[in-house]
Amino acid sequence: MYTQGLDSLGKDCLRDEAQDIGRLEQRFQARIDAEEKIEPKGWMPEAYRRTLIRQISQHAHSEIVGMLPEGNWITRAPSLLRKSILIAKVQDEGGHGAYLYSAAETLGVSRDELIGQLLEGKAKYSSIFNYPTPTWADIGAIGWLVDGAAIMNQIPLCRCSYGPYARAMVRICKEESFHQRQGYEIMLRLSRGTPPQKEMAQQALNRWWWPSLMMFGPSDAESKHSAQSMRWKIKRFSNDELRQKFVDFTVPQAEFLGLAVPDPALSWDEAAQHYRFGAIDWSEFEQVLKGHGPCNRERLEARRRAHDEGRWVRDAAVAHASKQAAKEKSRAA
Amino acid sequence: MTDSSRDWPLYEIFIRARAGLDHKHVGSLHATDAMMAIEHARDLYTRRQEGVSIWAVRSSDIVASDPADADALFEPARDKVYRHPTFYDIPEEVKTL
Amino acid sequence: MTPHCRYVLRLADTSLILAQRLGEWIGHAPAIEEDLGLANVSLDLLGQARMLLSYAAELEGRGRSEDDLAYLREESEFLNATLVEQPNGDFGQTIVRQFLIDAWQLELYEWLQESKDPRLAEIAAKAVKETRYHLRYSAGWLVRLGDGTEVSHARVQDALERLWPFTGELFAADAVDHEVAQAGIGPAPESLLPGWSARIGAVLSGSRLAVPPTTPFGWHGKRGQHSEHLGHVLAEMQSLHRAHPGAIW
Repeated sequence: MYTQGLDSLGKDCLRDEAQDIGRLEQRFQARIDAEEKIEPKGWMPEAYRRTLIRQISQHAHSEIVGMLPEGNWITRAPSLLRKSILIAKVQDEGGHGAYLYSAAETLGVSRDELIGQLLEGKAKYSSIFNYPTPTWADIGAIGWLVDGAAIMNQIPLCRCSYGPYARAMVRICKEESFHQRQGYEIMLRLSRGTPPQKEMAQQALNRWWWPSLMMFGPSDAESKHSAQSMRWKIKRFSNDELRQKFVDFTVPQAEFLGLAVPDPALSWDEAAQHYRFGAIDWSEFEQVLKGHGPCNRERLEARRRAHDEGRWVRDAAVAHASKQAAKEKSRAA
Repeated sequence: MTDSSRDWPLYEIFIRARAGLDHKHVGSLHATDAMMAIEHARDLYTRRQEGVSIWAVRSSDIVASDPADADALFEPARDKVYRHPTFYDIPEEVKTL
Repeated sequence: MTPHCRYVLRLADTSLILAQRLGEWIGHAPAIEEDLGLANVSLDLLGQARMLLSYAAELEGRGRSEDDLAYLREESEFLNATLVEQPNGDFGQTIVRQFLIDAWQLELYEWLQESKDPRLAEIAAKAVKETRYHLRYSAGWLVRLGDGTEVSHARVQDALERLWPFTGELFAADAVDHEVAQAGIGPAPESLLPGWSARIGAVLSGSRLAVPPTTPFGWHGKRGQHSEHLGHVLAEMQSLHRAHPGAIW
């Protein structure tokens, strides 16, 4: 489960803001303020609907694209137990994508339309999945760091104001609890293993540390859409708050592994009771987001290929169903 | 790129978690026929032994009340407080009532 | 290695290699729901393979583990049916392969539930439920694809003809089969043929597909004589494990 760009509200939404806020919007906001859930088909501001469609579908796309870097190791998992665990995990991601698409569909958009946007390159997904997984340790690092960061993002979403999204997130968070633990266990085995295994683990931490911190999105000062999402209770904590929490939790876990966090500026601030960390290279983030990451092209190509090569199968199932329906009709007549 | 005429129809899925409980709505999925809907529901919603029985209903077959009618439909029940047992004051000495 | 142990390895390797093949699909299936479906079948087969490999290792008595057997044997020591190592091809080919093997495994596990070997009977009792679902899944898709469109019909008919020659091996007895059949441990392979043919025939006729003619060439994967594909499957599957001898994962 992965979320990113949760605060990317879009320009159209801001335009709406400028329009008159009518009685309906006031009532809507009053319900949100009272922690009432918003349900499908009830009245909602168009901008709220569009924000949710964008956020939920980005989240769904991330799950589906996220199957690829880990799927890369299913056939080579180093033990049969690890293979089973990895298949179950990648399968869960597919399931989470499906839950999320179905939550988005309650807002009046079809899954095929959303998938179309992904394949045409018009939709975003978490840029973390544009990084490669060259070694088995990357599977450990993804579970530990990427899922760890995702869980931190997602737990507040279980209380999101939109009912179907919140319910999907409850299910997803429950299922995800094993993902981070299996990742950490892989890292633990590697870091307690042979010197090449330990080196493999260190290299993976080096690769995934900074991209994981970037998963929380731009810093609060840069994030212009956060305020509206907070007001709508789609978002409950700021990007920087969540990022800090993640660092505070994760650094001691890395120490336990005996691995070095690749940040020379990292230090414990006794007074603040927080870790201080170095500056994030946002130019890298922007580049990957714009499609210039190491694997952007490959990931989208893989999704397109699966979609195109599967079309005859999906069409056949539809054709069979309509033949069956016609048969039943003629039998009934 | 989307071939909307060929979209797989949407089904709503209800799962009975264990014998003795009601089927509860868990979400939706896409399938072209009833058997596929049950199989997909099994693979999607019961990977962790969440159920012992599945209902699948074409979403388009569900008849729902209109949220705009909510006041007319549900408000009138609000002042019928006498329907609830807590409405009645019974002295504490009176038992098993 | 005793015939008993070899027989258990045949069953184990057939499930293992098929699970491995299905694992290649995950993330690339025609619909998200099929990613999940294929993953579930793969996980069931992997579970069967692990139980059977552990049991084979016990029978062998050389202190090897399930992973030793999966990762450190050579190609000629793998005893899976040649059918399961065949490439995934398109979704139709994968479904045909699955359907042919599901129908066979169902006949097999139904028999093995009554095996005189209590361990095999126990494993079969669990596997038979899984296999019933696998067959339901693959037969459902075979009917949809066979009946669906002209394109899908042609594709699965082609897959059927491509894979049919590999089915003969499932029912051809050799010395190992004779031994286990005599001991009441496993069925005589040919005894599974009528039940299998009936299951296959019923589904194929419902999907306008024709049963291909039987061809004379016989494959012998179960004796360690494989097609060109298993070597590649193993090279991929075993690469990481073999690169770190003795490592714990």
